[in-house]
Amino acid sequence: MSSLTTMLRGNIRQYGMIIALAAIVILFQITTDGVLLKPLNVSNLIVQNAHILILAIGMVIVIVARHIDLSVGSVAAFVGAVSAILMTKHDVHWLLAIVLCLALGALIGAWHGFWVAYVGIPAFIVTLSSMLLFRGLTLVVLEGATVGGLPENFKKMGNGFLPEVGPDTDLHNLTLILGVLVVAVLVVLDMRKRSVSKRYNVEVLPVWAFWAKQVVLAAVVLEFAYLLADARGLPIVGLILFALIAIYSFIMARTVFGRHVYAIGGNVDAATMSGVNTKRVDFLVMTNMGLLAGLAGMVTAARLTAANPKAGTNFELDAIAASFIGGAAVTGGVGTVVGAIVGGLVMGVLNNGMSLMGVSIDWQQAIKGLVLLLAVAFDVWNKKRTAGSGGAGAEDPDATQPPPEELAEQLDDGPSSAAPPRRL
Amino acid sequence: MAQPILEMRSITKRFPGVLALSDVNLVVERGAIHAICGENGAGKSTLMKVLSGVYPHGSYEGEIFYENAEVEFSNIRQSEAAGIAIIHQELALIPELSIAENIFLGNETVRRGVIDWNLANHRAIELMARVGLRENPLTRIKDLGVGKQQLVEIAKALSKDVKLLILDEPTAALNDDDSRHLLDLLKGLQGKGMTSIMISHKLNEIAQVADAITILRDGKTIETLDVRGGEVNEDRIIRGMVGRDLEHRFPDHTPQIGDVLFEARNWSVMHPQDHTRAVIRDANLTVRRGEIVGLAGLMGAGRTELARSIFGRSYGSRHQGTLMLDGQELKLRSVSDAIKAGIAYVSEDRKGLGLNLLDDIKTSIVSASLDKIRKGITVDEHAEVVAAEDYRRRLNIKTPSVRAGVGKLSGGNQQKVVLSKWMFTEPQFLILDEPTRGIDVGAKFEIYGIIQGLAQQGKGVLVISSELPELLGLCDRIYTLAEGVITHEFDREDADQEVLMRHMTADAR
Repeated sequence: MSSLTTMLRGNIRQYGMIIALAAIVILFQITTDGVLLKPLNVSNLIVQNAHILILAIGMVIVIVARHIDLSVGSVAAFVGAVSAILMTKHDVHWLLAIVLCLALGALIGAWHGFWVAYVGIPAFIVTLSSMLLFRGLTLVVLEGATVGGLPENFKKMGNGFLPEVGPDTDLHNLTLILGVLVVAVLVVLDMRKRSVSKRYNVEVLPVWAFWAKQVVLAAVVLEFAYLLADARGLPIVGLILFALIAIYSFIMARTVFGRHVYAIGGNVDAATMSGVNTKRVDFLVMTNMGLLAGLAGMVTAARLTAANPKAGTNFELDAIAASFIGGAAVTGGVGTVVGAIVGGLVMGVLNNGMSLMGVSIDWQQAIKGLVLLLAVAFDVWNKKRTAGSGGAGAEDPDATQPPPEELAEQLDDGPSSAAPPRRL
Repeated sequence: MAQPILEMRSITKRFPGVLALSDVNLVVERGAIHAICGENGAGKSTLMKVLSGVYPHGSYEGEIFYENAEVEFSNIRQSEAAGIAIIHQELALIPELSIAENIFLGNETVRRGVIDWNLANHRAIELMARVGLRENPLTRIKDLGVGKQQLVEIAKALSKDVKLLILDEPTAALNDDDSRHLLDLLKGLQGKGMTSIMISHKLNEIAQVADAITILRDGKTIETLDVRGGEVNEDRIIRGMVGRDLEHRFPDHTPQIGDVLFEARNWSVMHPQDHTRAVIRDANLTVRRGEIVGLAGLMGAGRTELARSIFGRSYGSRHQGTLMLDGQELKLRSVSDAIKAGIAYVSEDRKGLGLNLLDDIKTSIVSASLDKIRKGITVDEHAEVVAAEDYRRRLNIKTPSVRAGVGKLSGGNQQKVVLSKWMFTEPQFLILDEPTRGIDVGAKFEIYGIIQGLAQQGKGVLVISSELPELLGLCDRIYTLAEGVITHEFDREDADQEVLMRHMTADAR
């Protein structure tokens, strides 16, 4: 029991935003008389927010690495525009166009990476320049007009759904099967982790809590799959998004590269002196952001069925806000992909819920602004609170550290202040 | 006995879960220099924060009498108004502002809402004269050395008409010259009636200047020694601080010295920006297997620069000369080359270059050797815990879990984490830059044991230190460095503090 509470307390910051998201969902579920979680609306939520969530994945990594990318909206617009021109004016096959445009996004990211990592210009400046540059180039490429007539297969990337298989039920079979598969994989992975942890004598949740967690998780995933299956099935962009979340969470939490990103974000000088090739890491992080911005641009064009010179406006602000609401630190070194997704969902649900309630777009904007401030304020307050319980040593570890025995006790009853939780 | 200016009675200060001060008493005579000693965590800084109002009245128990009256400060402004000024270990000056602007920061010489700069600069010159600082008051702080910055801090305190000056580790960052100047200044101010309280780890300085010494241990007052009575030496103070006789400040050690492991030949390094300025000139230096070699030099002599230039050229430009390890010439282009070649560098700047303070212990320990615990592209987190637990045990890192954050460890334990990190890279040759800076006597003893253990395993160790007794106690051989030039080489038997100092201050150019 005590191990459960300590483990929960240790992760309070991570769970805080999830709880906030759940609270917002419940609030709007009530105020919209249950429309929020109607199958079709859940489906719309994913389709309408996927591009921001894709950008948030890249953005949180950029922010962890202590940079920022202001250009993602303009880059998304530019890459979306190029893809449209390629497919409509030059008859390039849609699949080839996607590959070329992903490469173009990565190339733009590499341009940023070059200036940031190897020349040493702050990312704020480099990407501010690109924000203007690619907004202009988008207008040039599109000649100021909206370009439509995109191939059907390409448009599916933005608003298509998984194909149906098997017998005709009222529900979307493939979506349900995917839901069950995801639950199975999650449970098996967690069980394996638990058994290995036990072998290494690492503290684990008690059996009942472990299974309770699995049941809750499975219920949430299956309910979600059921809702989607009840509508039109899993959107293709949803599949892309879930794959990206899984891949990037894995990269950040488990790989050497992820370690290096957290290391340079936490203390770049210490990372350098530990043999980390910090310039390469900076370069790759910015390149990856360009790649994802390109993808988000194409997803947007596909969803809107056209490339538009004004597309992608304010995407960067939404992606940055999602990262910070999700617990990333302005100074770098702290943040998770899942956190940024939760942050993005908080904003998405707010938008959607307020729209359903008939709140006007201007008020939505204002309220979102306040939510961003409150979320970060909560984080700061929470950090101060845990630092305060750190006692004398908290302010100046060298000067007034409590004696070791007392320190040990203190850490025993408050790991929330001791373990920096950040990797989900 | 002269009249006391300050009396703190039965001060008790609790933090959640920790009793930081327990029934502490402190009596400071008017016009005295009163030193407070104690290991890290003994409660010295906490006591001073209680006195200066950082911890407001009501958050602690006990009474404070100052100038014959009970005082209840609830913030620093009130204590400053009463004439108590505290100068913190980490200086609170603004690098981009001038000396005068810093001295009068928060206390500007205002006339009808506008700052009178002529008056400010004029008064700054007067104040600087009182601390023996001859600089243009318009000089920016960042263009001053640490020693002079310390003097500006004191001038700033004097501008507030201070009666009781508290200095927290005033000489920690200073070289011997600047330290001596500062201590002379304190003596001078004392002659003019100033009372000072000085927290310091440098026991020799305390023994020199202090009139009385109060020793704290584990948040309690152990004793107050009257230095003027004589018979107070460093060993006597240490005995009070650690509660035991430290007859041997260094563990017993029989060196087993083997073949030459590392060699630098005619190693020259230019300044990273100014390619014409030599920071290291024609350095020749060898370290044998199983040998602990010292590098003694004053601040600015190029000790850290030499070490970092060896460590994968992480300092300087236009490196010339050869580096040899185990008979092979080293071609190091980056830090990771150096790590792969078997070189480790433990920085003097633990928080700046040694650790990511956001990390937990296990992540820190493996951070320089991720290749050792990788499985494909992933980090093997179980191997990570196993390695971290191993070092926690071997180096006696005091923590309930290797998952605890390094930011909250004491200096000594942080240093053990940094040492673990570099030992885990399995180096042949280790450069330890100020390995015991800012850590308490007990932990120092342990660190010395670890260093000797490394030598015992046949590794070569180069130790850089400002504390000459430390080098003399620990090293088998000592090089002196002055102005980027290695001026002499001593066997341990031939060296003492005076000859080392003579060669550290030699005119090398």
